[in-house]
Amino acid sequence: MNAALLISTALASVSANKLRASLTLLGIVIGVSSVIAMMAVGRGAQVSVTSRISDLGTDLITVSPGAEALRFAFFGGGGNSDVLSLADALALKDDVFAPDVRLVAPENSFSGSAIVGSENTFVNGVGVTAEYLEARNLSMEYGRNISNIDVENTSLVAVLGSEISETLFGQQNPVGATMKISEREFTIVGVMESQEGTIFNPDNSVLIPITTAHYRINNGKGLFDSIAVSSINVLARSENTVDDARLDISTVLRLRHELAADDEDDFLITTQQDTIETLEGTQGTFVILLGSIAGISLLVGGIGVMNIMLVSVTERTREIGIRRAVGAKRRDILFQFVTEAILMTFAGGILGVVTGWAIAYFGNGATVDGDIIETVIETHIAVIALGVSVAVGLFFGIYPAVRAASLNPIEALRHE
Amino acid sequence: MTSTFPAIQLENVVREFHVGTHVVRALDSISLTIEHGEMVAIIGPSGSGKSTLMNTLGCLDQPTSGSFVLNGQDVSGLSDNQLAETRSRQLGFVFQSYNLLPRETALSNVELPLKYSGGYSGKDRRSAAKTALDRVGLSERYDHRPMQMSGGEQQRVGIARALVKNPELILADEPTGNLDTKSSAEVIEMLRSLNEEDGKTIVVVTHDTEVAEAMNRIIAFRDGRIVEDRSVDQPTPTSASVDSSKQ
Repeated sequence: MNAALLISTALASVSANKLRASLTLLGIVIGVSSVIAMMAVGRGAQVSVTSRISDLGTDLITVSPGAEALRFAFFGGGGNSDVLSLADALALKDDVFAPDVRLVAPENSFSGSAIVGSENTFVNGVGVTAEYLEARNLSMEYGRNISNIDVENTSLVAVLGSEISETLFGQQNPVGATMKISEREFTIVGVMESQEGTIFNPDNSVLIPITTAHYRINNGKGLFDSIAVSSINVLARSENTVDDARLDISTVLRLRHELAADDEDDFLITTQQDTIETLEGTQGTFVILLGSIAGISLLVGGIGVMNIMLVSVTERTREIGIRRAVGAKRRDILFQFVTEAILMTFAGGILGVVTGWAIAYFGNGATVDGDIIETVIETHIAVIALGVSVAVGLFFGIYPAVRAASLNPIEALRHE
Repeated sequence: MTSTFPAIQLENVVREFHVGTHVVRALDSISLTIEHGEMVAIIGPSGSGKSTLMNTLGCLDQPTSGSFVLNGQDVSGLSDNQLAETRSRQLGFVFQSYNLLPRETALSNVELPLKYSGGYSGKDRRSAAKTALDRVGLSERYDHRPMQMSGGEQQRVGIARALVKNPELILADEPTGNLDTKSSAEVIEMLRSLNEEDGKTIVVVTHDTEVAEAMNRIIAFRDGRIVEDRSVDQPTPTSASVDSSKQ
């Protein structure tokens, strides 16, 4: 039997029982469409995370205190010895020891309530220097940035994130107004532009001079140089010199912390590339997980096909006998049943691709629990899913078809 | 189509079946020759081995030992595929229960053997199937499905299907078993005409003595052996020599 005849024969057999065929097909449709939709959601998440990080600039390097090993130690015994100080940050500005570093912006943190009249809101406080804004790729909407004179003077000045500003002052420009944090009265000198959608959203942050945060909010002691920082943001000279800058930072800090050659670092340097890789890794796992769940439903669909094909072989035993008697070879029967199975899964695959595509297309931008779902439809996923559905037909169709082909024609003819 | 070989030549054919620990000899050293253009009835009680003989002649089954030469070709050693090809090329089957595909039309049922033998376009298949249906007098029934036809008509579709590839040999297994007297007579008449006018060699397995007496030769089976082999004188003389001269 040639291919065209095989397909038309299979088509006739499949369409002879339309309800059964469509129910069988449905399993494949669900499997394939969920693969397509899940992969689109997964890839969408991956792409959006990557683009958000890239918005920050790929020349950003973050240095934080504590050895990597200790950070994840079960009993958290890292201790206070692993501390980065303002002096460490200043040392990174050295053009001789750290020639590939362009900008250094240390920060520390505090938290508390900001109070304006009767309005009261919790804030993520960040103690910064003037360089912070540039390091984090932020910009001002109103007023001015924290200046280094503010830092020297431990001034009680603050820059607000856009959301905080709106919460406390509504649509008014708050520059010049005052607010209280930890019983201290701050003058608001500026408001940052909203960065909604970025990964380190500053809209809920309040920036104050790093010295003010240390001495006047956290009640820290000691000299200016010894102020502990929670992390240092460093910009490399260019995106291409990130690795050189990383080496500079390591050299300077190891020297300053007087580490021996075989001591581990007591600080952690993270480039944006590291962050992207880590997050992409996590997202990759997520995509694989989603894909596997969807793949399992495709597998279940395949088992459905096999089940129906086995029933069909039993029901059509006599037909098989007749075909054999009039000259069909074993392989004619084998091909016929395999073709029927593939026909069903292929049709299911096409419907599934269309359905999955539609779900991904119309689901793009939908909001679930306040999160915007982004979907990225990839043609190769659709092609693969279609290929897999054909393979599922082949795989699950072959056993019933072999059973059909190996029937003894005499017994098959006698079958009632 | 002229051949110096007999249509069928069996020599010491044995067919054994294993039933539990027993060995049943369904065919016990059968030797038999059927010439081209013969019209033979095979009779015998149930279990006499006539069905096994039919399966062997039909290349659906292989003898345990002995040789079966079909139209000059030794069939006993052939593979499954070669047997399928032999069935397709040399044989036409007619069954007691017609064995038509219920969802297909008469035309499509008759086309079936052509689908498994390559070299026919869709057009060729349809025209060959129509010719075969015309031959059995069903020109008005091309598009009818088996359920829409009488038993006699269904059996004639079965005969058309057996004819469509123009085989030398037609094997009919109880072709009238499910039919009333009138339809039986029609089917027998049809088989006779295929023998007399088209020169087909016809072998019919039957219980029905009337059917058997309508053939030119009767072979009786009992317990896997031939117990009687006689020719029948038909009222209208039919002669093998006339048939073979036509060929």
